[in-house]
Order: sequence, then C-alpha cells, then structure tokens
Amino acid sequence: MISRRAVLLGSCLVALPAFAATPRVVVLGGSIAEIVAALGAEGQLVGRDTTSTYPASLLALPDVGYVRALSAEGVLSLAPDLILAEEDAGPPPVVEVLKAAGPRFVTLPGATDGPGVLAKITATAEALGLSAEALLAKVQADLDRAAALAAAVTAPQSVLFVLSLQGGSVMAGGAGSSAEGIIALAGGINAATGFTGFKPMTDEAVLAANPGAILVMDREGELSITPEMIAAHPALGQTSAGLAGRVISMDGIFLLGFGPRTGEAAIALNTALYGAKG
Amino acid sequence: MTAQRLAPLALLGVVLLALGTGATGLSPLRLAEGLRTGLSAQESLVLWDIRLPRLMLGLLVGGGLAVSGVLMQALFRNPLADPGVIGVGPGAALGAVVGIVLGGSGPWVVMGTAFLGGWGAVALLARIAQSGGRTDIARLLLAGIALSALGGAVTGLLVTMADDRQLRDLSYWSMGSLGGATWQKVGLGALVILPVLLLAPRLARGLDALALGEAAAFHMGHRVERLKVLAIVMTALATGAAVSLAGGIGFIGVVVPHLLRLALGPGHRAILPLAALGGGALLVLADVLARVLTAPAELPIGILTALIGAPVFLHILLRRRA
Repeated sequence: MISRRAVLLGSCLVALPAFAATPRVVVLGGSIAEIVAALGAEGQLVGRDTTSTYPASLLALPDVGYVRALSAEGVLSLAPDLILAEEDAGPPPVVEVLKAAGPRFVTLPGATDGPGVLAKITATAEALGLSAEALLAKVQADLDRAAALAAAVTAPQSVLFVLSLQGGSVMAGGAGSSAEGIIALAGGINAATGFTGFKPMTDEAVLAANPGAILVMDREGELSITPEMIAAHPALGQTSAGLAGRVISMDGIFLLGFGPRTGEAAIALNTALYGAKG
Repeated sequence: MTAQRLAPLALLGVVLLALGTGATGLSPLRLAEGLRTGLSAQESLVLWDIRLPRLMLGLLVGGGLAVSGVLMQALFRNPLADPGVIGVGPGAALGAVVGIVLGGSGPWVVMGTAFLGGWGAVALLARIAQSGGRTDIARLLLAGIALSALGGAVTGLLVTMADDRQLRDLSYWSMGSLGGATWQKVGLGALVILPVLLLAPRLARGLDALALGEAAAFHMGHRVERLKVLAIVMTALATGAAVSLAGGIGFIGVVVPHLLRLALGPGHRAILPLAALGGGALLVLADVLARVLTAPAELPIGILTALIGAPVFLHILLRRRA
C-alpha cells in the first residue's frame, strides 16, 4: 500500500510516469465508470461524478458533482493521477485548470452506436494501461447477437423515447440522441423526427408521430413516468402505443449509457418490442 | 467610524479564510509554512490558479453588485431597488440564454452575449425614459417593468427551443458560480468593475441631495441629469460585467447596502466605499461555504446568497410596514 504523500510526490515529479504505482483515477461520466469497472479496475477509482451510479458499489465513492458544473479544487482534493472524462465535462475553464494541474486528463469519445462503444472501451483501457481484449470480445458478441435479432425484424416498430413528462410536456429523444441510437440497435425506428437531441415535443407532433411503443426510464419519485400517466396524457394516451398500453420501462444508464452493456440493452429492448425468440 | 475601521480587518479575515479553505488540505497554517519552505507544484497551482483568481473575481463581482445596489436605491429612493429595475439583470439573462441556446456553449460566447444583453436593455430603457431632455425616473421604472416582461417572454421562447443539456446549463447559469474563475476573467472584471468601484464615491454628495427630491437637489446646485445618467451607466457597467462573469447572483445588491445603512446611517460618502468592500467580502464568504459544504462537489453560489439575503429582504419589508 503506497502512502498518500508518496502518491502526491509522485504526481509532482514530471520525470516519473504518473502510473508507476496503481494510479488513482477520478471518473467523470457514467458509461466510462461502467467501463472502468468492467475492465476490473474499480479498485483504482477514488472519485466519480453524479452520473456514475453503476455498478452500485461506485456510490460509496466521493461525488465531485454534476459533470457540467465541476469544481477544480474538489476534483484535485482526491489527489488523482488520472482523470477520465466524457466529452462534455465542464465548465471549460475548470477543465483547463485540471489539464494544467498535473494529473493526466483523458477525454473519451462519446458514442451512440456499436463501433462508438468499442472505441470508447479501447480508449479507456489504453488510458488505464490495461488490456481491453476480453471485454471487447464480450461486448462485440452481445452487439452481434443484437444485430442478428434486429436483422430478423420484419415489421419494425416506431418507438418514442420520453425522457420526462414534467407538467405534461413531452421531452422526447430526437435525431442523433442516444435514445435514437439504442432504438436503432434494437431494430426499431425512432418516432421522433425533425429535431436533434432531447427536446420538448408538442402534443400534435406526438399524435402525428403515432408511435407503436413508448420507451421510458424507470426512475423513482417525481421523475418516474408510469403507464397510467401515459394513458392519461392527452396526446400520448391517444397514440397506438398509449391505446394498447405498450409502455416499456428500462434503467436509464443501462439503456442510454452506451457503455459495456449496450448490446445487452439492445437485446432487452428488442425482446420487449418483438417478444423473445429462440 | 468603527465600521470604517472594522471593514479592512473583516476583509483581511475573509481573504485569509478564502485562500486557506477548500477541498484540498491546503490550510492557512500550511500556507504560512509554505511561504517559508515553498509550496509543492500541486499546492501552488491550487493557490495561484484556483483560489486566488476565484477570490479576486468574488471581490470584484460582489463589490460591483453591492455598489450597483446603492446607486439604484439612491436613484429610485427605494431601499429595495436593484439593478434589475433598469433591465440589466433580465437583459443579461436574456443574453446568456441566447448564448447558451444559439451560440454553442463556449464560455466567452455566453459572457459576451450576457454583457451585450445587459447593456442593450439599459441603453433602450434610458432612451425610452428620455422626455424633454431629461431622464424621467417614473418612466424608467415603468418601461423597465415592460421590458423585463418582454425579455422574460423571449427567454421563455428560447428555453422551449433548448435541449436537455442546454436546460441544465441554463439552470446552473441562473444560480451563479465563481467556479470558472480564471485570470482572464479577473482581468476583464477589473477593467470594467474597478473603475466603477473607485469613481462611484464621487457621486456621494449628489446622491445624498437626491434623497430630498430631484428639485431640491437641483436647487442645491447639483447637476441632476448628469448624476442620473452617471449612476445608470455605472450600474450597467458593474452589474453587466458581474452577471456575465458569474451568472445570476441575487440579493448582494440589497443586503449589503441595507446592513451598511443600519450601521452608518444614510450618508453615501461612507456607504459607497464600504459597499465595494462589504459586497466583495460577503460574496467571497458565501463562496467559501459554496465550495466547502458539499466538497468535493460545489453548490451554486446564488443559492447561498439567496438563503442569506431573502430573510434580510423580508426584514426590510416588515420594518417599513411598522
């Protein structure tokens, strides 16, 4: 066990590689935390952001706050040797300070499809100095199975992802969003078109889109969206999905994280949409 | 006179507290030791690139907001007036929303649009309030209300166009933060706010006379029109810069002047310089809490200033009723 002071000293000596010993890692982004854990390096994590909640054992780590509103000194107080961040970690001035501060700062690419996930895993493993082979093989196998299931779909369903229903307003996942990505991997078609990212959608546009299934995240408390809320909603309740009660609820980070479980999530969504096959 | 003596001491205490407090274990004692034996690379980074610029930005922004508050309260002869009355706050908020939603999320973009928004609103209002070559305060107030509503509507329109991430950025912006403090920001802030802090006390005698009414001030030999324009320009500069540098930080502009009037009486010659110091000290103190309470994360500072400020605001209201 190397002492905290020695680690600090090590990080100050530029000539010494930062990860001569086991590096202390702070992770900023839920899918990256999941990849680190899947690579077997969870023991190196000393801090996480608010979105890093899977596996649940991560919750015991100090939380440095929301990934877009980080505190430079808060992150540095954990004395990391390596910071693994998703693309939109911020605010930018804080990221600048962190990059200048001594720990290695690695920004990992975002992903909304299979190759993106594999690239993210490869880059994360590289930053940690670990081999990604076993994990890549497993994720590739899951993605292949998902692709085979998606290819077998004869009548693709249109799916509307509803992020939130605050005050009755439908916040949906549009083009280029992670929701559209997972729906495509599962062999569905995104019902929300004409806008990018997660945005509010008018009731009439929801009716016109007429999704065959509605996809939501299972959350607790006020933010949860229940099938009853969908049925009672003036627009959602009148769509094919609403009338048939086809509401699929899945864990948010499992579904949209685009981490190592992406293939599994696509298979789970495919099964929910089209039923289990052989 | 004791307040004048205490203020520099209190400020010094706050400065030491701010430099010696934070998530990393760099304490005042370690700082004192480090001055003799040298700080480690990490420690000097925390001191020079994180805590010091943040302290300076806090002093400038807090001072700017408090002095703006004093100027507005004198101009409107109302202890609850704040720079929002002349449209700086809503204008800057509108600018920030435009920057976040339409301009990408670059930090300089949002700062620039917020500052322009604040200035645009003031310039428009001042133009509307001109009647017969003089600035009509009642017109200014009413036009301010109308423009604030208009700004709010446009802000709302843009918010409905925003995506999830932009909405989160917006809500964090509206709660304010000194978290992104850099030396460039400190430099910009000093350039715009410092002259206002230094020049505002020159208006003190005129503002005192204005308390008796515009006509009385005029008959006492003050150039009332020039005074009003200067107060508005200074407020637009200081508040516009403060809001664009640190987001929406409420109540400093109401609380600090009020506390100073309680301690010193209504004379602006004493209040204006102390508002510059006291506003800075109070904001830096709130910032120390913001970064310690939930470390290693941090709270938006606007939450803390409102927590401190709202009860004081209510206190003023209740006293006025009595």
